[in-house]
Amino acid sequence: MSELRYTKDHEWLRMDGDTATVGISDHAQNALGDVVFVDLPEIGREVAAGEPVAVVESVKAASDVYAPIAGRIVEVNSALAEDPGLVNRDPTGEGWFFRIEPRDPAEIEALMDEAAYAAFLESQA
Amino acid sequence: MAEFTDDTPLRETPLAALHRELGARMVPFAGYAMPVQYPAGIVAEHLHCRAAAALFDVSHMGQAELIGQGAAAALERLTPADVQGLKPGRQRYGLLTNEAGGIEDDFMVANLGDRLFLVVNASRKQDDFDRIAAALPPGLRLARREDRALLALQGPGAAGALSSVAPEVAALPFMGIAEMTVAGAPAIVSRSGYTGEDGFEISVPDERAEEFARLLLRLPGVAPAGLGARDSLRLEAGLCLYGNDIDATTSPVEAALTWTIGKRRRMAWDFPGAGRVRQELADGPRRLRVGIRPEGRQPARARTPIHAPDGGAAIGEVTSGGFGPTLNGPMAMGYVARAHAADGTALALMVRGKALPARVVPLPFVPHRYAR
Repeated sequence: MSELRYTKDHEWLRMDGDTATVGISDHAQNALGDVVFVDLPEIGREVAAGEPVAVVESVKAASDVYAPIAGRIVEVNSALAEDPGLVNRDPTGEGWFFRIEPRDPAEIEALMDEAAYAAFLESQA
Repeated sequence: MAEFTDDTPLRETPLAALHRELGARMVPFAGYAMPVQYPAGIVAEHLHCRAAAALFDVSHMGQAELIGQGAAAALERLTPADVQGLKPGRQRYGLLTNEAGGIEDDFMVANLGDRLFLVVNASRKQDDFDRIAAALPPGLRLARREDRALLALQGPGAAGALSSVAPEVAALPFMGIAEMTVAGAPAIVSRSGYTGEDGFEISVPDERAEEFARLLLRLPGVAPAGLGARDSLRLEAGLCLYGNDIDATTSPVEAALTWTIGKRRRMAWDFPGAGRVRQELADGPRRLRVGIRPEGRQPARARTPIHAPDGGAAIGEVTSGGFGPTLNGPMAMGYVARAHAADGTALALMVRGKALPARVVPLPFVPHRYAR
């Protein structure tokens, strides 16, 4: 299961083995514009689904990034400290935010798949 | 800033169709639909302005002419600026103050020889013009120029570009202003702006605005820029945004804008709020507007509380904050208690519950490069 899953808050999530990698969608990075700073959560933090856990700062504003699922933060993308522009250049790859150990894998199934997210974006346009 | 609900119909500038054609992202601002950025993005637009020339639509701003004998003296009843001393062909930055010594707006006033030309903030224009009109003695008339667009061409390439279609502008000094025909349109051109760069603000009739903007955009080095870049450019230049950095409660002394008060006015103390200004100049203001540089890369936004590094109660608040593309780092302006306002003073900015170390620094963050 390595396909991307999405939230209505424009985070994506991808299972890599036992952990889920989380970032913001291409749509989100495009809407934010140039990312200049990312405030990442502490490793080991237990988070609830929908809890604000990171902040992405563009030139014009700060925006919350929410945990798509409940679990424990096990890793953060330290490369973003040096190069926050990764979020713009490769939002679903090198621009990932954090990795989370899911508390309930069933929560992942409830997230939107690529097609559902595309339809959701269409409905928001 | 005023709040606008979804059902408030937004006004458009004469360049609305051009903005859409250029792919602008439009946002509500002071009752207008305005371009916040074009496809290039805020950082690219900002850097282009510092490197070449950026074209901004600022037609939402209020333009008016004050006509009649004694116009300058009449306007001085509402501002501490020296308007009577303004020579023909010259423009000046000033403040409209209230009786409590607060700032009602900041504005540009120019002497066009037979009349004064005013440019005020979009969010304040109704109030400003009502108040000015109400204060006029018989024989004077305030003519709002809702029929004119305002374009800003800013950057080190602005003079070269504009003078290729309007050779007269090359002779304008910084804060000089002249009426001229540009590409067949009657224009009022001032050498001024809101970016810290050399540049021009050009007032043209609405019906000529799009054609004129297209002409400028075809010139070498000229690219469009939106309100996003306008904000990061003005903050790097240390310039105030009305409603953020100055408002009806901040005084000219607290805002470090004492320089806008004419010498003659400081002898006569005959402007609204003179009592407070005089007292603050004598005893020192309670708080001062300062430049602030956070350590690291994290920006501190407007309304971030400011503390001393050793904790305790807040000593001030950020009024504008963001990331400077030319500075390549975070920057802010805000008010701090006078004891903490000296350059180099260490501060702690409370960003999302964490103390972000910062220092008071001199403004501007990026040196001005005005024409001499």
